Amino acid sequence: MSENKGILLYAEVTRDKYIHTVFFELANKALELSKKLDNCKISALLITEPGQLENYRDGFVNSGIDRVYIYEDEKFKNYNTEIYSKIAIDLVNEIKPEIMLIGATNQGRDLAPRISSALHTGLTADCTDLDINEKLQLAATRPTFGGQLMATILCKKMPQMATVRPKVFKPMDENAVRNTEFINKTTNHTQIDTGIEIIDFVRTLENDLNELDSAEIIVSGGRGIGTAEGFKMLKDLADLLGGTVGASRVAVDMGIADKSIQIGQTGKTVRPKIYIACGISGAIQHIVGMQDSDKIIAINSDENAPIFNVADLGIVGDLNQIIPELISRLKN
Amino acid sequence: MKIALCIKQVPDTSDIKWTENNTIKREGVESIINPYDVYAIESALQIKNTCKDVEITAITMGPAQAEDILRKSIALGIDKGALVTDRKFSGADTYATGKTLAQSIKTIVPDFDLIICGQFAIDGDTAQTGPSIANHLNLKQVTFVKEILECSDDYIILTRQADDGIETVKAKLPLLLCVLQNYKEPTRAKINGFIKAQKSEIKTYSLEDIGLEAEEVGLKGSPTYVSKAFRPIVTHNCEKVFADENTPELICNRIEKYKAGQNE
Repeated sequence: MSENKGILLYAEVTRDKYIHTVFFELANKALELSKKLDNCKISALLITEPGQLENYRDGFVNSGIDRVYIYEDEKFKNYNTEIYSKIAIDLVNEIKPEIMLIGATNQGRDLAPRISSALHTGLTADCTDLDINEKLQLAATRPTFGGQLMATILCKKMPQMATVRPKVFKPMDENAVRNTEFINKTTNHTQIDTGIEIIDFVRTLENDLNELDSAEIIVSGGRGIGTAEGFKMLKDLADLLGGTVGASRVAVDMGIADKSIQIGQTGKTVRPKIYIACGISGAIQHIVGMQDSDKIIAINSDENAPIFNVADLGIVGDLNQIIPELISRLKN
Repeated sequence: MKIALCIKQVPDTSDIKWTENNTIKREGVESIINPYDVYAIESALQIKNTCKDVEITAITMGPAQAEDILRKSIALGIDKGALVTDRKFSGADTYATGKTLAQSIKTIVPDFDLIICGQFAIDGDTAQTGPSIANHLNLKQVTFVKEILECSDDYIILTRQADDGIETVKAKLPLLLCVLQNYKEPTRAKINGFIKAQKSEIKTYSLEDIGLEAEEVGLKGSPTYVSKAFRPIVTHNCEKVFADENTPELICNRIEKYKAGQNE
């Protein structure tokens, strides 16, 4: 029997100083896992600039976190791989959790493998499901081979680590208020000469979080859109609907859409209320990134396109005719 | 400057076929250089074109036929290829792969200044092997690299994709980079490249050559294992209609209803 107990979550702080929404999705899942692990404690690791804790406090208290370990320093204005991973490793060695979960943002994907590798344990990336099996192990399920095969992965070392992309799990829907304990920690890793300096930053998204994460309606385009002008048409449609634009990998590879709006296996996972797929054939790599949308409308000229297998409403036709008509109908 | 370039041979995942038992058919599936590793090759060549005395060694871990991607990269302008191959390496997860590749780099390019990897492999898609190599070599890393702007013997300036925008980063060498796709026109092999690729000797390295124990590599050296693999089943009843003059009206009505949480 392992001495490791409890679940540790990484509370990613964004550049705009809020806790990334993926943390609250992980917290929701952690509550579910904890119930199958004798109601074990859920802890969070928070690395932040000084004086910010008050802004974050309620988020932790309301999402079922039992303990928050806080590391504060002026240096924590920007994320750094080496310093953050060393802090996480120290904390894991001290509190010995049996599970550690990290959001699969670019920051999380940079950080998590450094921690797992240094702890000589395993890490299952981009899980779409987490459960506790009959032997009380973390059963982490993820897509491989471009989403064409699902694999459930177990880990024989501690802690069992996994990353999960934003929007894969539902955020907290009810308040799970706890008597959260806030524990201040100190570290001397801030003295490290990291050799890495951010000399410029250009924001490419309007918010810290991609709009795709919060949009209720996503209008998404693929190969059938054909041109960058075609994407402008989708933008017009999305604006009229109060939504935002997404793209398939093919559209990104064609250079007609930006990588930051790519949806699918190597892009974002989204779950809007309505997903409108325009000229997207529906390769499984794309499907895995959008199939959990509440409702899916697909417009495609090929009546046998696999996108129709996941759509609620499928329109077979020429999108260059349908979308302009739809836009003028919405304008009236 | 010495660059170790880590590349992987992968099955073309857009071309996967299934057996009757719902397992992936391995025969007849085309093997390609992992697309993100092609961007890694491009980044290494870009540095070779702008800095003096750059020597690039491509390293791959895989079966004997993975030699093919080493020759392809030599045809593109990479200097040398090294194949790390041993039956005992099979079944490795990202931890064991990172350890094996780190030890291989120490053996093959002990005086490296830079290691370049692709950000993901399209088969596993974990994005973990690069950082795992960096950890095993106690090396600094920059991931999600978009473009290399400047390179010298001491440092490199590059852009990287952060979650909210593009960072320009100045990083001291030695360093490990994981690169994303870049939109530049890809290098094409020239005829003398093909000739060089044919003539080049590809050295192979076994478990013994890189100095690890059998317990440290492959399935035995992996903390994770697959307990179950299955084909995702998507079932849905799609209401399919052919477009006519009523289509915009239908879509608008449906959007209103879906917004309100109604089914139709």
